[in-house]
Amino acid sequence: MGFTENDMAAKKNLIVIGNGMVGHKFLELMIAQKATEHWNLVTFCEEPRVAYDRVNLSGFFSGKTAADLSLVEPGLYQEHGIHILIGDKAVRIDRMKKLVHSSNGGSVPYDKIILATGSYPFVPPIQGKDAQGTFVYRTIEDLEEMAQYAKQSKVGVVVGGGLLGLECAKALQSMGLETHVVEFAPRLMPMQLDDAGGQILRAKIEALGVSVHTSKSTTEIVSKEGKVSKMLFADGSELATDMIVFSAGIRPRDELARACRLEVGERGGMVIDEYCQTSDPDIYAIGECALYNKRIYGLVAPGYTMAAVAADNLCAPQTSKFMGADMSTKLKLLGVDVASFGDAFAQTPGSKEIAITDAVQGIYKKLVLNGSGNRLLGGMLVGDASDYGNLLQLVQNDIALPPHPEDLLLPPREGKPAAGMGVENLPDNAQICSCNNVSKGQICRAIQENSFTDIATVKKCTKAGTGCGGCVPLVTDLLKAEMKKAGLEVKNHLCEHFAYARQELYALVRTYRIMTFDDLLHQHGHGLGCEICKPAVASILASAWNEYVLEPVHAGLQDTNDAFLANIQKDGTYSVIPRIPGGEITPEKLIVLGEVARDFGLYTKITGGQRIDLLGARVDQLPYIWERLVDAGFESGHAYGKALRTVKSCVGNTWCRFGVQDSTALAIELEMRYRGLRAPHKLKSAVSGCTRECAEAQSKDFGVIATEKGWNLYVCGNGGIKPQHGVLLAEDIDKETLIKCIDRFLMFYIRTANRLERTATWLNKLEGGIDFLKQVVLDDCLGICTELEQEMEYQVSTYGCEWKATIEDPEKLQRFRHFINSSQPDPNLMHVEERGQKRPAYEHEKSVLGRSS
Amino acid sequence: MTQALPTHKASQWVTVCSVEAIHPNMGVCALVEGKQVALFRLGQETEVFAISNYDPFSRAFVLSRGLVGDRKGTPKVASPIYKQNFCLATGKCLDDENVSIPTFPTRIVEGQVQVGIDKIESQL
Ligand code: SRM
Ligand SMILES: Cc1cc2nc3c(=O)[nH]c(=O)nc-3n(C[C@H](O)[C@H](O)[C@H](O)COP(=O)(O)OP(=O)(O)OC[C@H]3O[C@@H](n4cnc5c(N)ncnc54)[C@H](O)[C@@H]3O)c2cc1C
Ligand code: SF4
Ligand code: FES
Repeated sequence: MGFTENDMAAKKNLIVIGNGMVGHKFLELMIAQKATEHWNLVTFCEEPRVAYDRVNLSGFFSGKTAADLSLVEPGLYQEHGIHILIGDKAVRIDRMKKLVHSSNGGSVPYDKIILATGSYPFVPPIQGKDAQGTFVYRTIEDLEEMAQYAKQSKVGVVVGGGLLGLECAKALQSMGLETHVVEFAPRLMPMQLDDAGGQILRAKIEALGVSVHTSKSTTEIVSKEGKVSKMLFADGSELATDMIVFSAGIRPRDELARACRLEVGERGGMVIDEYCQTSDPDIYAIGECALYNKRIYGLVAPGYTMAAVAADNLCAPQTSKFMGADMSTKLKLLGVDVASFGDAFAQTPGSKEIAITDAVQGIYKKLVLNGSGNRLLGGMLVGDASDYGNLLQLVQNDIALPPHPEDLLLPPREGKPAAGMGVENLPDNAQICSCNNVSKGQICRAIQENSFTDIATVKKCTKAGTGCGGCVPLVTDLLKAEMKKAGLEVKNHLCEHFAYARQELYALVRTYRIMTFDDLLHQHGHGLGCEICKPAVASILASAWNEYVLEPVHAGLQDTNDAFLANIQKDGTYSVIPRIPGGEITPEKLIVLGEVARDFGLYTKITGGQRIDLLGARVDQLPYIWERLVDAGFESGHAYGKALRTVKSCVGNTWCRFGVQDSTALAIELEMRYRGLRAPHKLKSAVSGCTRECAEAQSKDFGVIATEKGWNLYVCGNGGIKPQHGVLLAEDIDKETLIKCIDRFLMFYIRTANRLERTATWLNKLEGGIDFLKQVVLDDCLGICTELEQEMEYQVSTYGCEWKATIEDPEKLQRFRHFINSSQPDPNLMHVEERGQKRPAYEHEKSVLGRSS
Repeated sequence: MTQALPTHKASQWVTVCSVEAIHPNMGVCALVEGKQVALFRLGQETEVFAISNYDPFSRAFVLSRGLVGDRKGTPKVASPIYKQNFCLATGKCLDDENVSIPTFPTRIVEGQVQVGIDKIESQL
């Protein structure tokens, strides 16, 4: 074994048996607490590889490799002196001599043991269960075997219609098998759903082509020449199949514990106390093998909590406790949302239920309320689980419900936030930032005590919002609420350099005809500026005066994307996206793109915006690439700018048998009209040739749908982070009116929106909403329409391709090099080949490829 | 990481470019004895700040392409990838106290920018 006597004498020995998800988490936590200074860590790993992400195991069938699934950063264990015995199983614990014996015949002395042995899939004792063609679903090897066998199979059956069973069904289906699910209970997911929910789920799963058989008890598996051929059921029916996957529950792996007579539960599992200690205080158990309060937790989050408790207690005894865990779950099964949380089966005495079933949309939602109907205890959601997070907050924080709790089941009414869900309703202990575990109370206190008035300092002080960033809107709302309470004016200042909102700066620029950032800063701001105000002002100047963005006075204001007229990628290379108006492209131009990509070694992909992305261009290659593209008649696609992106189209009536207008021609016309238009945020558009809406115009900032009589204009739609359908602004209008309306709409948005506010968010905040917008754009209630149209006309007539201007100016080209004093490219860029193209090397690959840093 | 103070002591100076080659408020990257050094000028000043070009957050060599400015008077650059800010004078990350990057002394001799290199033995 790879450690010396010396190591062992100096420190105490801690043996972790099992290197699964929880065992690995435990080691990570010990490393984080620097416990490796006091403990010699040894871990037995029965599987042929280090810990991997079992939760996402099914990703294996959608192309993930074992390496992708690995949880262990290469070199981590070695770096911290952890001895991992891969492929070696612990076979016996000798509690008298304090030794662990392994399958290799060796033994390791211990001071403490952590059992993290997980569980194994339960296979019901059915006659014939061992025939060739039967499988379980737990390890990468299981999946490899399944995939191999599936190649010679046509039909597959999953025994068990629970969480995991349905996941298996998806895997079988994705391998092209005719798929069946056989469930003993009368419904699918019997542990999480009631009959009504189970029924909706069943309909959805069947609609996906999976056959569901409930209330079926398998009595025998019949095989032919040693291979599975059919299943017989108690009701006399049978089902022919080539393979069977058992997914009928899990059982804790407690064989080591039983043999050394630790206390185990009636149905298995090592009994642990709140410190995760078993009946022998020197032996801990964590994860799926541990039984706490008569319960096995078959989810990874409670296992992680146990890992943290065990690690804490080893470092400082009795410092933290495991108190049980929430078994709420949310998952996406075969594309169907399912969630169940809290007391989903209304087991609390006196509790009441409210439920809605929408068999057409396939949605079932049930809430369980307390007797007086003012607290949420739990619920289940099928078909639409988007409210899961909010509802769970209501349960966990025991929040008083609004007078009509049924509103919680309905979508929010236009313009209003969903019932009872604002931050102000959350209690102080509500967790706001889950990445860093920061509560509402902690954030509010930090704001009060330090009189914070900007989000950056709140983030820095509390760490909230510094992980995934998903909670930043909530933190911002808390800051605004606290400032209001303190009697402070909630300012909409752009940043510390300008005491103005974006809209005010836009007005100043236009009124005083300010042409440069420096002038605006000297007259109306102070300091040197920053990464917030510089790009915002650059955008305002462009929307107002449309000067070339790389003019010396503007160049230093541009975010790196605008500064190099390309999108920066994670390794510092750029992507090249030429404009392909309306998505229409000639074969000649397609060939040019292919040739350029080939000649410069670029990764090529069709984007979600109906055009082509060439990725991995070094900064010094950009001008040469664009020289070729401009020559072939391409121009900048402004994928890098807060500007018009694409106007997507469908083929329309020129080809499509249902089309009523030429949607492609209109899309091209609109894209050419608004190309290069800088705005507070990016702008997207689409035109569909009929109501079938193949171009998805209703999810765009402005979208057009053809009608028999003309065009319908929708505005303020959004895909992305928070999708929202566009609203109808004008109906059955002709093309000229349509363009007028869009001109006015866009210019009004540019005048009045905040920095980085898409049209959907802008409309949600616009006082008077869509009615007011209609009055401005259609009835000219503010008397500004002529101005707006003129401003747009100016933009259209002053358009120029930024890339053309750049490659024609030798001075500008100077900037397109990595080093000022060498013509060498960035020596640290590294690529790997995948599916016939290159991609940036991951960090662990770089060390293999030999990067210096 | 070791961190250099912006003093003008250095055992050896390497000439990299003319002052004019660094446009005010825009960075450039210089290759100095095999190391990537990002150079910046703020406002119309001729003083040149030099920091490592390596962004520890994205692990890419890109800081010379960040936007410069100040936070409450502290001169800084924002990484173009995930926008963390670094003080140009000390190399300290202004958004994460635990992170800082190397800085290098600079001087201007006859209109040429020179970077001091005895501080360059640090990793980057
Ligand atoms: C390349 C592309 C993905 C692809 O491979 O298909 C893409 C790539 C990026 N998208 Fe996207 N988006 C792409 C289509 C979309 C679409 C689909 C569409 O446009 O129809 C959407 C949803 C529609 C929408 O925006 O409403 C989309 C919603 C987003 C969002 C979320 C916006 C929102 O309002 O919620 C962001 C983040 C942002 O802008 O703040 C984003 C941001 C980004 C950024 C800029 C992220 C970044 O900062 O690095 C990516 C860089 C582009 C690059 O490096 O070239 N991308 N992105 C697509 C380029 C389309 C094009 O031809 O220009
Ligand atoms: C397909 C699938 C999907 C899942 N989806 C979800 C989900 O969406 N959400 C969720 O929360 N959970 C999910 N789970 C459950 C989750 O994976 C488990 O809760 C988690 O892996 C438990 O971690 P563990 O470390 O306790 O056990 P494991 O990850 O099973 O690790 C135990 C390890 O110990 C090893 N071992 C056992 N005995 C010995 C011995 N004597 N010597 C050496 N090594 C030994 C085993 O080989 C194994 O590698 C899913 C599980 C599967 C299989
Ligand atoms: S929307 Fe669909 S059906 Fe209508 S014209 Fe376009 S492609 Fe044809
Ligand atoms: S939830 Fe706060 S940063 Fe991720």
